[in-house]
Amino acid sequence: MKWLSLGLGFLFLYAPIVSLMVFSFNASPLVTSWSGFSFRWYEALFKDEVLLRAAWLSFQIAGLTATAAVVIGTWVGYVLARMGRFRGFAVYVGMISAPLVIPEVVLGISLLILFIEMRSTLGWPADNGMFTIWVGHTTLCMAYVAVIIQSRIRDLDRSLEEAALDLGASPLRVFFSITLPLIAPALAAGWLLAFTLSLDDVVLASFLSGPGFSTLPMEVFSRVRLGLRPEVNALATLFILAVGICVIIAHRLVWRKETA
Amino acid sequence: MIDSRYGAQHTTDPDEFVRVADVVKIFGDVVAVRSVNLSVRRNEIFALLGSSGCGKSTLLRMLAGFEEVTSGQIMLDGEDITAIPPHRRPVNMMFQSYALFPHMTVQANVAFGLKQEGVDAAEIHDRVFEALDLVQMAGYSRRKPHQLSGGQQQRVALARSLVKRPKLLLLDEPMSALDKQIRQKTQIELVRILEQVGVTCIMVTHDQEEAMTMAHRLAVMTEGQIVQMGTPQEVYAFPRSRFVAGFIGSTNLFTGIIVVDEPDRVAIECDELSRPLVVSHGVSEPIGMEVHVSIRPEHMVVSRDMPETEENWAHGRVSHMAWLGSYALYQIRLDAGKVIEASVPSRILASLDAPGIEDEVYVSWDADSATVLAS
Amino acid sequence: MIRVPVARFLPSMRTLAIVPPFLWLALFLLVPFLMVLKISLADLNFGTPPYTPLLTFEEGATQLTLHTQGYARLFSDSLYVTTYLNSVKMALVTTFWCVVIGYPMAYYIARSSPQVRALLMLAVILPFWTSQLLRVYAWVGILRTDGLLNKALIGLGLISQPLEIYRTDVAVYIGMIYAYLPFFILPLYANLVKMDLRLLEAAYDLGAKPWQAFWQVTVPLSRPGVIAGAMLVFIPSVGEYVIPELLGGADTLMMGRVMWGEFFTNADWPMAAAVTCVMVLLLLVPLALFQYNQMKQIQAGREGASKVPTNA
Repeated sequence: MKWLSLGLGFLFLYAPIVSLMVFSFNASPLVTSWSGFSFRWYEALFKDEVLLRAAWLSFQIAGLTATAAVVIGTWVGYVLARMGRFRGFAVYVGMISAPLVIPEVVLGISLLILFIEMRSTLGWPADNGMFTIWVGHTTLCMAYVAVIIQSRIRDLDRSLEEAALDLGASPLRVFFSITLPLIAPALAAGWLLAFTLSLDDVVLASFLSGPGFSTLPMEVFSRVRLGLRPEVNALATLFILAVGICVIIAHRLVWRKETA
Repeated sequence: MIDSRYGAQHTTDPDEFVRVADVVKIFGDVVAVRSVNLSVRRNEIFALLGSSGCGKSTLLRMLAGFEEVTSGQIMLDGEDITAIPPHRRPVNMMFQSYALFPHMTVQANVAFGLKQEGVDAAEIHDRVFEALDLVQMAGYSRRKPHQLSGGQQQRVALARSLVKRPKLLLLDEPMSALDKQIRQKTQIELVRILEQVGVTCIMVTHDQEEAMTMAHRLAVMTEGQIVQMGTPQEVYAFPRSRFVAGFIGSTNLFTGIIVVDEPDRVAIECDELSRPLVVSHGVSEPIGMEVHVSIRPEHMVVSRDMPETEENWAHGRVSHMAWLGSYALYQIRLDAGKVIEASVPSRILASLDAPGIEDEVYVSWDADSATVLAS
Repeated sequence: MIRVPVARFLPSMRTLAIVPPFLWLALFLLVPFLMVLKISLADLNFGTPPYTPLLTFEEGATQLTLHTQGYARLFSDSLYVTTYLNSVKMALVTTFWCVVIGYPMAYYIARSSPQVRALLMLAVILPFWTSQLLRVYAWVGILRTDGLLNKALIGLGLISQPLEIYRTDVAVYIGMIYAYLPFFILPLYANLVKMDLRLLEAAYDLGAKPWQAFWQVTVPLSRPGVIAGAMLVFIPSVGEYVIPELLGGADTLMMGRVMWGEFFTNADWPMAAAVTCVMVLLLLVPLALFQYNQMKQIQAGREGASKVPTNA
């Protein structure tokens, strides 16, 4: 029973990924009709200026988002885990949990309207683009980071922080010298998660981008809406390989540290 | 200066270093600490002894600054530290779990407190190794905590809390994480180090042997209050209540009515004993009042021959005997039915022709060994 | 000269520690939503901004104009009503299947030995790290009439005519379940793995059969994990856009597509705002359930791990 349910479950999860990769090497432009092995779609990918530009843009936004999300998300996670029950705690929890579940279209529309109002009253931001997308992505991703960090800090032995206070470190110093180093792996995980979510987001980017501004997922989405695209398969394969390599590296690092 | 409100109730001891005055701690509905008063002298090792939930750890945390005092005052070296946050108090604590920073070496752990003070690097180095030498851990300076044994971690934790030369050192159940084997040795060594350094110390423990071995004075706590305070010898020999008598060491308790009340001779009639119980000290209770008397097992003399006195002895049969190496613990059922404990040193056993189960014996005691309890 | 003690007016250290991230959330979450609410009560305007203001000064007096025809249309037009109901229905079905498939997976992984557990969870999370968009796209290639599934089934001789799955509700279900499954498994797994197995041992010791122990001990204890996971699937599913757009047919009615359409195709901002408000209203109950569950989890974890001196 166990192996049946696990086996089927994993088959379900991985079959699409495998199919993507296999057909990226298909010589035929009819993606699912195999006509021979070929790298032509990879060549096409690297010649596609629009796609490459969009990719670069997406990476930049993702990096900025991940960093901001980790800073704010860690702050929130720490407050939730360590600051006890303060007035407005329920509201705090509510607001930080909301981005996790609210449909992205709701978030997208709301932020877009905010920026329009700001433009008409303050004159800023002048155009929708990198900044507005960054704000949207950060708001979404910080919620995920907050959950990860809050749960990690909860498991942290409180007496370590108390010992640091006892030895004369101010609360701020305790946070930077003791708490942060001890949750470093969770910070890294949060950064990577935020990066991934930002890189993959279609809805928020579509609502919050400006004229001539296209992110990678936006490009991919507009192409696949109309049907199958073999260069997208090539892109997907490269992506999956990149993620796979990163995971293996991370796994080795953690494994090596634990057996040290 | 000490607030005169509190001073009036206690004698001012010129050597007093720490004063806890009417300290109360309430968590929501629960009163964890009820109006505790105590005074600790300079360089004294003071123990707070009690079982789980008695309030001793809360009191310790208030001394360290981790819990806010609901009401009352804490004075250290003449200064009111009640409202001072933990990172600004000249108080250091050794945690029950040692709380060594896992991502730092032993050296960095011990140096941490000095770094916060802004001491310069050369002096930090000297003082760190001075402290590590004191606990004989200087060779382990580059190790990380997870590479050390429990006892070694404890020594590093001690060095870390002493290196800042605090006015007050707090120990939270210092021996609880160690194996029973090495506990006694460590207790003695710890006291030696503390006396060598010359630091005032308040420790918290549930182990009465630990308190008796290590402390100059101790206080027994239960339900948030101190019920008796004094030197280990005082508290052991003259318990003031049944609780304390039973908590520290073991004892035999008798209940009876006072029939004779003289300044140095009080006689008590007990149903449990056929002969009167005579105590050699005066009591404040009147004739006819019911009181409790405590007699420690080691003061019970076991013999096969009937004693010659009229009082302070009873007849019974051995119901159980356990030989513990240096002494034997007898449980004897007296004629009236009560079971008492008597401990007999091994060297006496031979001359007694060690009584066995169901043998008839007599137990007797000195009028000096019995203590009337106040509650 | 009067000295004003400034310190009394400055926020305490604690406030400074708690408030700032709250300001970001207030500005980029709360305020925008209030604006959406405002615009839903406005009328379409051709120009910038593309909606009429609610407060106007006319003849020296402030006038508040609320246009509720957007809401009226929402409730009277059967298309909108159907779309709402359909979105909820599809979200419920998705959640159901995620529970049915995800619970056994999470359970068996949590009960494996630590090394196997880590490996299996890694295998569950790995797809999550690759782009969701690309993985949904993969299903297009699988479910199309000339796609992999049909080719395989026909090749195996199981069917003679290709199955019409692509561009139907079924394809959307498959895509949604596929995308949201890890969201259900993760919080449930976190809950199951922390469960004290001695409770089960006690149940067996008292004579319970494995099946009984499962229903009477494990399932109730896993409730917070199930609720968290189910809400993480249900609530966003109601407003899902990408998956129905890529895999669904023209008659797959979902709120996410309607909102997108109102904005990008019709440029009817007040209408889109009204649709958004009603959607959030619909989701208020599950949202509240989720927040309540989160809060309980946070507090329970705090009391468990921190050293509240109960053995004072």
